Amino acid sequence: MTILFYIAAAVAVLATLLVVTRRNLVHALLYLVVSLFAVAVVFYTLGAPFVAALEVIVYAGAIMMLFVFAVMLLNLQAASPPRVPWTAWVGPAVLVGVLLAEVIYALTIETQPLAGAEVGATAVSEALYGPYVLAVELASMLLLAALVAATHVAARAREDQTAASVERGRAVLHGQGTASEPGVIVEEGDA
Amino acid sequence: MASVSLEHALILAAILFAIGFAGLLTRRNLIVVLACIEIMLNAAGLAFVAAGARWGQADGQVMFLFVLAMAGAEVAVGLAIAIRFRQSLKGLDVDDADRMRG
Repeated sequence: MTILFYIAAAVAVLATLLVVTRRNLVHALLYLVVSLFAVAVVFYTLGAPFVAALEVIVYAGAIMMLFVFAVMLLNLQAASPPRVPWTAWVGPAVLVGVLLAEVIYALTIETQPLAGAEVGATAVSEALYGPYVLAVELASMLLLAALVAATHVAARAREDQTAASVERGRAVLHGQGTASEPGVIVEEGDA
Repeated sequence: MASVSLEHALILAAILFAIGFAGLLTRRNLIVVLACIEIMLNAAGLAFVAAGARWGQADGQVMFLFVLAMAGAEVAVGLAIAIRFRQSLKGLDVDDADRMRG
């Protein structure tokens, strides 16, 4: 189990570095999936199998699926910003490196072993629906609010797009001199 | 299993958080910025789970579930904003969003 932890940790760090440095967006997102899988293995070796399963299902499954769908919706061929020059990395890397060195120094002063006992799904569920039940309700409210907000923002985008496509269809029809079928325009607008 | 120390798990979380933070400060693509935020949230959740595993309590994993819910909410709203961003600014460069002169 110990060697599994260190191998998965190395894979996670490497994949995360590749996420941050890759220019191709889809490659970066796939490396992020690899990083999340590696962190799931880390959770398993830490004695948290329920959270490891959730990491795979929710993070690597649902959230990354959202990312990939958004990338496919956005049609990014011409939209990618220009490459960041390597000098732009110097300032953030130095600052973050100093903070990381401080944290690692503070953490290596003394070592504490883990409890070693596995905390399974039963214990987590009892805590979740016992003392934390109010927080579960608040999380559901948060997710509902996010759902409403995302629908509102994306639906406004779709209305704009619909209006633009109606205008385009109208222009095409007028240009060809066959503007006698408004039903065609409406159908295109709905699609 | 017991020879993995708490500090090593926390150091892993710190390294992942630092990588995500450096990417957040440097990259200009809005989708990559959102992915960096996901990396940082995941690292914070890893720290919670490691702390829960130190004392054999379930609270750390419960906190990770809340981090997970928050990450889902954040990414839904963030990607909807990215779609709007793409349509109104014709790109995904976060430096283009300077209409508020911040």
